[in-house]
Amino acid sequence: MVVGLEQYLAVSAMLLVIGIFGIFMNRKNVIVILMSIELILLAVNLNFVAFSAALDDLVGQVFVMFVLTVAAAEAAIGLAIVVIYFRNRGSIEVEDVTMMKG
Amino acid sequence: MIAAIAFYVIAAILIVSSAMVVSARNPVHAVLFLILAFFNAAALFLLAGAEFLAMILVIVYVGAVAVLFLFVVMMLDIDFAQMREGLQRYAPVGAAVGVVLLIELAAVLSGWKFADGVTRLRFAPRSDTVSNTAQLGHLIYTDYIFLFQTAGLVLLVAMIGAIVLTLRDRTNTPMGSKRQDIASQIARRAEDTMEMMSVPTGGPTMAYLKPKVIEIVDFHGHDAHAPHGDSHGKHDEHSHDEHADEAH
Repeated sequence: MVVGLEQYLAVSAMLLVIGIFGIFMNRKNVIVILMSIELILLAVNLNFVAFSAALDDLVGQVFVMFVLTVAAAEAAIGLAIVVIYFRNRGSIEVEDVTMMKG
Repeated sequence: MIAAIAFYVIAAILIVSSAMVVSARNPVHAVLFLILAFFNAAALFLLAGAEFLAMILVIVYVGAVAVLFLFVVMMLDIDFAQMREGLQRYAPVGAAVGVVLLIELAAVLSGWKFADGVTRLRFAPRSDTVSNTAQLGHLIYTDYIFLFQTAGLVLLVAMIGAIVLTLRDRTNTPMGSKRQDIASQIARRAEDTMEMMSVPTGGPTMAYLKPKVIEIVDFHGHDAHAPHGDSHGKHDEHSHDEHADEAH
């Protein structure tokens, strides 16, 4: 019952699948879709950290910081888009978003 | 042994709470479960020896991103019951995709191993004498300085983008902030604001100065100086209508 790389990878794979399932299931709610994307990026980070720990290589952790930065920026921009979309339409249904195209 | 038990407990909580994130009925609960998931992921990071990243995860994700989600969920007045409509319709597709993906990942995971001599490919081997945070600091301020700067640039662009997207110029509307316009305030004359009223008395004619009715002054627009004469009332009414339209 020792924790190795495989256990971490299994947890991260499950997290990724849950995130993708969340995107498919909550087709109407943009906010839950953004949260699912956060979960997927969390799975990626967990993968990086697991490999970094297994190989004793710190570069994986450096890259996790970059992924965290991009994820935070993505969340901020995504939520800003949601806010202005809600201001214009009064709803955040993804199926109406086709009005955004040119 | 303790570490293994802690790992399995934390991983179980992480999986369950992230499943609750995507299936919670109330988005506020979903955000709270997301916070729980982030905390447990930080604990997993700690178990893997990445102390600095665990702290960053708690500070950045729980302290900033999850609270941002919470603010947006509470700020927008969304009909959540209507949001749940297509759930039964989409769940089978999502489950099918998820199962296929899980099987593929399991296949990859089962038939996978490190290459021979993989330790020779390491860029920055971990040392046992320096702490994790100090070592990461040494790395990102020397070898990975461009990555660090790029991360800062990404955050700058995101900040500017979010401000540009959500900033509303409300100075033209009656509800907007009242901004000082020094020039028009100095150029204000007594004739514009006061009018002479004659009062009928028994004896000699008397008069006094009465302030005019204050109209909403459009600091940016056309009627910064109040018009005189008969056109006054009509013009004022028109501009009121305009303001009302803008407010809607």
